[in-house]
Parts: sequence; C-alpha cells; structure tokens
Amino acid sequence: MEQKTLEVRNLTVCFRTEKGIIRPVNGVSLDVPAGSIVGIVGESGCGKSMTARAVMGLLRYPGKVTEGSVLLNGRDITNLTEKERRKLRGAEVSMIFQEPMTSLNPVVRVGKQVEEAIRLHTDCTKEEAKARTLEMFREVEIPEAETRYKCYPHQLSGGLRQRVLIAMAMICKPSLLIADEPTTALDVTVEAQILKLLEQLRDGGTSVLIISHDLGVIAKVCDYVYVMYAGRIVEEAETEVIFRRPAHPYTQGLFRSVASLREGGSTLETIPGVVPNLHRLPAGCSFSLRCGECDARCEQELPELKETEPGHKARCFRTGKEAAE
Amino acid sequence: MLRTLARRALQALVVLIGVVLLIFVMLRIVPGNPIETMMGEHANAETIARMTKEMGLDQPLLTQFFRYIGSAFRGDFGTSYSLGKPVAQLIGNAFVNTLLLAVFAAVFAWIFGITCGIISAVKKNRLTDRIFMGVSLLGISLPVFMSAMFLQYIFAFKLHWLPISGTDSWTGFILPAIALGWNSAGQVAQITRTTLLETLQEDYIDTARAKGRGPTGVLLRHALRNAMLPVLTMMTIQFSGLLSGAVITETVFSINGVGRLMVQAISGRDIPLLQATALLATTVVILGNLLADSLYSVLDPRIRKEG
Ligand SMILES: Nc1ncnc2c1ncn2[C@@H]1O[C@H](COP(=O)(O)OP(=O)(O)OP(=O)(O)O)[C@@H](O)[C@H]1O
Ligand SMILES: [Mg+2]
Repeated sequence: MEQKTLEVRNLTVCFRTEKGIIRPVNGVSLDVPAGSIVGIVGESGCGKSMTARAVMGLLRYPGKVTEGSVLLNGRDITNLTEKERRKLRGAEVSMIFQEPMTSLNPVVRVGKQVEEAIRLHTDCTKEEAKARTLEMFREVEIPEAETRYKCYPHQLSGGLRQRVLIAMAMICKPSLLIADEPTTALDVTVEAQILKLLEQLRDGGTSVLIISHDLGVIAKVCDYVYVMYAGRIVEEAETEVIFRRPAHPYTQGLFRSVASLREGGSTLETIPGVVPNLHRLPAGCSFSLRCGECDARCEQELPELKETEPGHKARCFRTGKEAAE
Repeated sequence: MLRTLARRALQALVVLIGVVLLIFVMLRIVPGNPIETMMGEHANAETIARMTKEMGLDQPLLTQFFRYIGSAFRGDFGTSYSLGKPVAQLIGNAFVNTLLLAVFAAVFAWIFGITCGIISAVKKNRLTDRIFMGVSLLGISLPVFMSAMFLQYIFAFKLHWLPISGTDSWTGFILPAIALGWNSAGQVAQITRTTLLETLQEDYIDTARAKGRGPTGVLLRHALRNAMLPVLTMMTIQFSGLLSGAVITETVFSINGVGRLMVQAISGRDIPLLQATALLATTVVILGNLLADSLYSVLDPRIRKEG
C-alpha cells in the first residue's frame, strides 16, 4: 500500500451563527499520498480554506470540527491537545495562507520571522538558526539572501514575500505543506516560478496540498484533484482524467468558463447563479439550483460520491450518461 | 530618519513661535488695563501711568514682543504682578509638583490601562472583560473632581491609608495621581483592547500560529508590538496633557502645581505669569507630539524609511 502523508476522513466543520448552524466543510474525505501534489479546486466560499484550517487545527472562533478525523503520516491527530498540535505545526505540517502581502508581521525583520520557526522546534543556537535561514532563502531562490534577511516585509515584492513564507513553512522540513491560493495574489511570471518551486519541494520529499480556484494552476502542478462545492467534494480523479472527462456538471461548468476565457471570446461563459447560501442549502444536490440537467430526484435526494470509472468519482446521479458523452 | 526628525523639530519650533506671538497679542488686546486691576479701583491715575511706563506696557506691541523674547532666552520671564515674585521661580516650583503628579498619574494609567486592555482582549466578552471595561468607562466618564473626592473619602477619610491632601511626602501624590490617571487609564485600556483584538485578526497572526507559536508567544511577540503603535501615540499625547497642569486635581488635593498657578494668573490678570504658563503648556504639548511622532517612526519600520 502506498504511503499517505495526509488522510482526511469525513471531516465536518460547524459554525454556529446567528442564523443557525452552517457546515462550510461537510463530510470531506481526501488523501495526499507521499511525494505528490494534490489540489482542491472550487469557487470562492466553497470551503477550501476552511478545510485547510481544520487540518491545521487553526479554525477561527466559532468554527469547530464536529465530525471526522485527520491522519498525518498514519497518526490520528484529530483529538490532540492544543499543545501537542503546536508541536506539529511548522514542524510536520506547515501552511501558507492566501495573502502573502499581509501574512508577514510588518514590524519584524523577515529573517527573524523565518528563524523563529526553526527555533521553536529545535534547540539550535542563534547562529545555527541564522545559517539555516540563509540556506533556506537560497533554496527558495531569494536573491541576495544576506540583504533580504534584514528587510522588513514592506520592502519586499509580493513574490519575494511568498518565497519568504515558503522558506518559513519549509525550514523544519515538514512532511506536508498546505498552500492556500499560493499564487492568486501574484502575476503570471511569478506564479510560474512559485509553482516550479512547489514542484521542487515535492521532489525534495514534502507532499503538497494546493488550494486554488484556478484550474490553470491545478493543471500545471497537481497529480490528483478534488473539486469542492458548498462544503462537499463533488468530484475527484487524477488531474489528467478530470481534465479529459469531467463528470460532474459543476466541474464541466468550471472548465467551460476557463475555456471561454482562454479563447478570448466576447461572451464569458460562466456557471449561472451563485454559490448557495450555506444557511439555505437545497435538500438534494447542492448544485441542483444552478445545474442545467437537474431533475426532481436531484432536488430531493443527495447523491453519493461514487465511481464513474476506475479511479474517478463524482457526486451526481447523471454522471454515467455525462461521462459517456 | 534623522532628517525627518530635524524637519519635524523645525516645524515644531515655528509653531511654538507662532503660538507665543498669538498669546502675547491676545493678552494685550483684551479690554481693561492690567495695572488698574492690579492696583485696585482706588489707585490714582498718576501711579497707574507710572507703573505702565515702568513695565514697558506703553511701548508698541512689537517692541514689547521682542523684549519679551530676548529676556525669555535669558530665563527671565518677568515678575508676577499678583505675587510679586519672578515668574521663572514660581513656575519652576509649581512645575516640580506638576511633573511628579503627571509621572505618577501616567505610570498608573499606563500600567493599569495596558494590563486591563490586554486581559480584556484575551478574555473578550467574559466577566473579567466586562468588569475591566466597566471600570475603564467609569474612569473616562466620571468627572475628575468626583473620582477625586470619592478616592479621598475612601482611602484618606475612612481608611486613613493616605494623606487627604498636600504634598508633604510622596504618598500625597498617590490619590491625586490615581484620580487624574484613571481617565487616561480608561482610554488606554479601551484602545489597547480594541487594537489588540483587531491585530489578532490579522493574517500574520495565522502565520505565527501556523509555525507553532502558542497563544502567549503570539500575543507578546506578534500582536502586542503591532497593537501598541496607536496606544503609544495616545499615551505620549496624554502625558503632555498631564504635564500642562491639572487644575481640578491640584485644587481638590491642594497641590501647588502649574494648573493652579494658571488659574491665579487668570483671575489676577497677571500677564507675565499667564504668558509663561500658557507658553509652558504649549511647549509641552508640542514636544509631546514631536515625541509621539518620532517614537512611532522608531517602532514602525514602514514609516521609518520614508520621508
Ligand atoms: N466567521 C464565519 N461565520 C460564518 N460563516 C463563515 C465564517 N467564516 C467563513 N464562513 C463561511 O464559510 C465558507 C467557507 O469559507 P472559505 O474561506 O473556506 O472559502 P474558500 O473556499 O477558501 O473561498 P476563497 O476562495 O474566497 O478563499 C464561506 O461560505 C463563508 O461564507
Ligand atoms: Mg480561501
């Protein structure tokens, strides 16, 4: 059996709000095999970041994991105490957040911030930590590492800040790196460089979970993809498979909107409607409200995530027909 | 950075000179002859004329102004009309008391305010938070004379722990300092709580937690330093406010400070004294602002490099 760095089983996150309880993450299961890059893709608000935070144990109040389990390298970390969790964060599993511009402390030199990560988890001396930080800076291709070490975040470009954040996340050589929209805030050339860097990290032995709303990013680096909609996984398969034969109408919609963008057509094709309000999810399939092929059953009954072909799953009653098309 | 500082200092100096001129002119254009007020209703015209001449009040305004500035640089601010002593000496003595009071009040306000603010933020919406914020609000809304008398009643009159008034020993400063500092403490506590809570929502706090920092480390190393920036500015400005004299507190606790001196100067139309106290208050406020600015730029690297 292949080694799994991360296994998420039936993870559910609840938020108690004034209007009732919502589940931004609803029974999500996913695997990140060792040495691979796995992607989660979906529109804004579908619960991608929330899933990542739940894995890290960094949900913000009042978010809470109410069901399911998270296994890191085979070890169940769901019920660890906060103190035990802290030992894992930054050491065995790291995360970089959506916004490189604001994710660094503005009043502390970036070198110090990176160093802090290694000093928290090992008892190395100041000098060793600094040497290690500089080495890490070079590894993530930050030019003039010595000078950058002493810079404050506002003196660095977005791309450099992202590199600093990656250096910080990677300095203790974690087995898993979660990258939440690692390139969304960056321009295309920098995006390509950062993605290349993530591939290098994967080759260096760190598994990567990438979160993105951009299918282009997913296509470039991911080995396996999960498509998320309104808190649930609606489709999963190897990247190649999903790009060739998207099974779920939602995934197909996502592809169509990308295609129309790329062709530069005058009409931008988008999925009609918006992500449903989590307070008023339909009884059946969450996508039924926006789906062109929805029928009475879809509105009433929640479809299971089931295989449409070996190694390819979709949460849709009609996928058999769709896949054949 | 030094250049910025120098420019700021120069600006402050210009403002200061402007203010001195303003005070000077204003005190002289208000109706009524100060000499008449000083000598009382029954003084004869001849004496008044002689005194006016002696004090140089018959000279053109500009001449008077430059004379004043000239002697001020030599430390001579004239002689008080109403108290008959050199103004410099009067203010010097009063300022010692005011300074002590201000320092005591500020230390109390900052320790109390910052601690309460931090604890309140950490225990947000819990009982501790409610109590601390209640006490802070009370300090902000209660008039100083009320809190002063309240403290006097409990700690001096009932419990006899501290002197009721006067400044014979340093313990005499405790109650007035608390009465005076309570207001500032309340403000500091509220702003500390608010900015800290805001700061704790920042993205870099997530980053710090993601690298394995615990709650204390996140608070002390990442949140507090950012949250303290606005608090610090406020404290510096508060301190200069405290230094320019606290009339009510000084009166209730019979402390001979700058505030009371100023009141005396006003009621006696004592121009030299009034001029000097106003000048002192202005200087202190301007210096306070200058200090706040420069402290801010020392602590915030984003400002440091610019300008
Ligand atoms: N404090 C909160 N209270 C209630 N609902 C919340 C709260 N925070 C987030 N949500 C909801 O949780 C859902 C999932 O949010 P999440 O940040 O995971 O989305 P996302 O997929 O990462 O989107 P994006 O691409 O915009 O980052 C959203 O629909 C959001 O409205
Ligand atoms: Mg997100």
